[in-house]
Amino acid sequence: MSEKKLLLKEAPLLEVKNLETAFDIDGTYYNAVDQVSFTVKPRQIVGVVGESGCGKSVMSLSIMQLLPKGVGKVTSGEITFDGLNLEKMSEGQINKIRGKDISMIFQEPMTSLNPVFTIGYQLMEVLFNHLKISKREARQKAIALLKSVGISRPEKIVDEYPHQLSGGMRQRVMIAIAIACQPKLLIADEPTTALDVTVQAQILELLKDIQEVNDMSVILITHDLGVVAEMCDEVMVMYAGRIVERTDVDTLFYNPKHPYTTLLLGAIPKMDDEEERLSSIQGIVPSLTNMPVTGCRFANRCPKAMPECFTITPELRETDPGHEAACLLYETSKPREGVNK
Amino acid sequence: MLKYAFRRILGMIPMLFLISVIVFTLAKLMPGDSLSGEIDPRNTNPQYIQEMREKLGYNDPVPQQYFRWVGNFVQGDFGKSTRFKIDVSEVIGERLPNTIMLGITSIIITYILAFIMGTYAGRKPYTLGDNFISGLNYLGLSIPAFVAGVFAIFLFSFKLGWFPSNGSVDIGVTEGTLEYWLSRLHHVFLPAVVLGFLNIASYTQFLRNDIIENSRKDFVRTARAKGTSEKKIYNVHILRNSIIPLITYLGFDIVAIISGAIITETIFTYPGLGQLFLQSVGTRDYPVLMTLTMLFSFLTLLGNLVADILYGVVDPRIRLD
Repeated sequence: MSEKKLLLKEAPLLEVKNLETAFDIDGTYYNAVDQVSFTVKPRQIVGVVGESGCGKSVMSLSIMQLLPKGVGKVTSGEITFDGLNLEKMSEGQINKIRGKDISMIFQEPMTSLNPVFTIGYQLMEVLFNHLKISKREARQKAIALLKSVGISRPEKIVDEYPHQLSGGMRQRVMIAIAIACQPKLLIADEPTTALDVTVQAQILELLKDIQEVNDMSVILITHDLGVVAEMCDEVMVMYAGRIVERTDVDTLFYNPKHPYTTLLLGAIPKMDDEEERLSSIQGIVPSLTNMPVTGCRFANRCPKAMPECFTITPELRETDPGHEAACLLYETSKPREGVNK
Repeated sequence: MLKYAFRRILGMIPMLFLISVIVFTLAKLMPGDSLSGEIDPRNTNPQYIQEMREKLGYNDPVPQQYFRWVGNFVQGDFGKSTRFKIDVSEVIGERLPNTIMLGITSIIITYILAFIMGTYAGRKPYTLGDNFISGLNYLGLSIPAFVAGVFAIFLFSFKLGWFPSNGSVDIGVTEGTLEYWLSRLHHVFLPAVVLGFLNIASYTQFLRNDIIENSRKDFVRTARAKGTSEKKIYNVHILRNSIIPLITYLGFDIVAIISGAIITETIFTYPGLGQLFLQSVGTRDYPVLMTLTMLFSFLTLLGNLVADILYGVVDPRIRLD
């Protein structure tokens, strides 16, 4: 615990302030990420959880400036990484950071690699993008990287094509690409969702090892709370584009505040449970075009909803030290000032 | 790969045999023969025609005629042209270089223009430039070669006088000199552009659509996440994927080089195989006609094989064995 307190005092590596990302649907922009603020400190693993369609991926793509062109864009907010304003950067400037200081791995290892280039080419490309390195050195480094992510026979794999590898192997290759330049921040967008359960565990183990060795910060996006418990220091719960709760991982599991978090935790099946039915949350996440304009966005699915929940929009407030929730049940506490103070 | 090609070539033999039966049957079904096509029956002794028919074997039973033809054909004897009175191979050999010249020029023009326009339009879709190129292409697709050919002759030969309207080379230049080749190039350019018109349009749109489709793929996002420049993403990551279907067309285009272009060659009175084919039909020159048909059929099969092999070469996901 003392180590964690030490972390808290350090300057943040990434600071996101009031981020809003909108998507163009038939000429109108709808916010997929709304008023999101958070920080990531050096060497910290921050988990982002929520159902599908909560804006987790869009948020991470916003940080990387990888939103699909002409469709999605950051409409307001600040993204400060290592003292640099990412959202104001030109394509050329951001390219110097992407893959070097911030890297990202994606959900779909099957399609994330270019099918017509060898593993070695795709791995060496990131090295050539950011380092002054000869072809021979790059190749040796690529082989070493493949080895470090647990790929056996790296000398052979380096000349193979993506379709010759399994999903787990491809995700390992993606990780190798992401860590090639020893980034300060790694964004992992559901890195294990598309993989078998046994492979999932190996990949998470690998990520954790690499994080410790490289002293990286990690933003881990997932909808698996088990993964969060295993990996993360801090957790943000997102719902319909907003952060509804934010605290350290132990507090989240033992003392959840927001009803959505409670329900998410309740949806985890337990080994000793006699009940045969899995519990689930009623309803679905509202679509972008169907977002409630006023009030709490979770109100119509919330078992604890009060009449005012449909009219007053709750803000993210500190309920206990180091614990924030956006729910009218806790509105009596003082509103927070700025981010994570 | 070699084994695969060998197996495919072996598989062509029964196919070619079947084609030969059809070609021969169709030729026999056509009304008249070379004697009725070549000789004016009003001033020739009917007895002589009968004698010639007997001599040429036209009165033999059809299966016997077929096997005689096939037997000679596989031994490399394609018969004598009844019109030119020389070996068919010689008649074809005379025209072949012209046709190849036309075909290659046409392919080069097609690929260069389609590549430039396609990559530009694919990179900047739905812009003014893209719409302009699309408009041009739809125009190109909707104008048939015989209209485009006549129009091109009218404009560039008669009105502007930039290009000759017929023939394959100027009269009076010595063969083999630079002047000779320049003159040939000068003659071939206009028919080559007209011949490529349709292909330019379809290849451009094809390349454009494939680039747009690939630019939305996950691997492009990965490349961006690596810090790869936009230029390199388009010129390397996307293009390498989008070029695959186009390269396989090359197999069919190689066939098209030799099959010539019946309409274009006729309009430009360009002495190639296409024109020869049409003339052979008119004069009932069956030996030439059947040989050309067999040649085109064989080349089509070969083109399919080349396309499949090229597919295996350019796309690592496809293995031939």
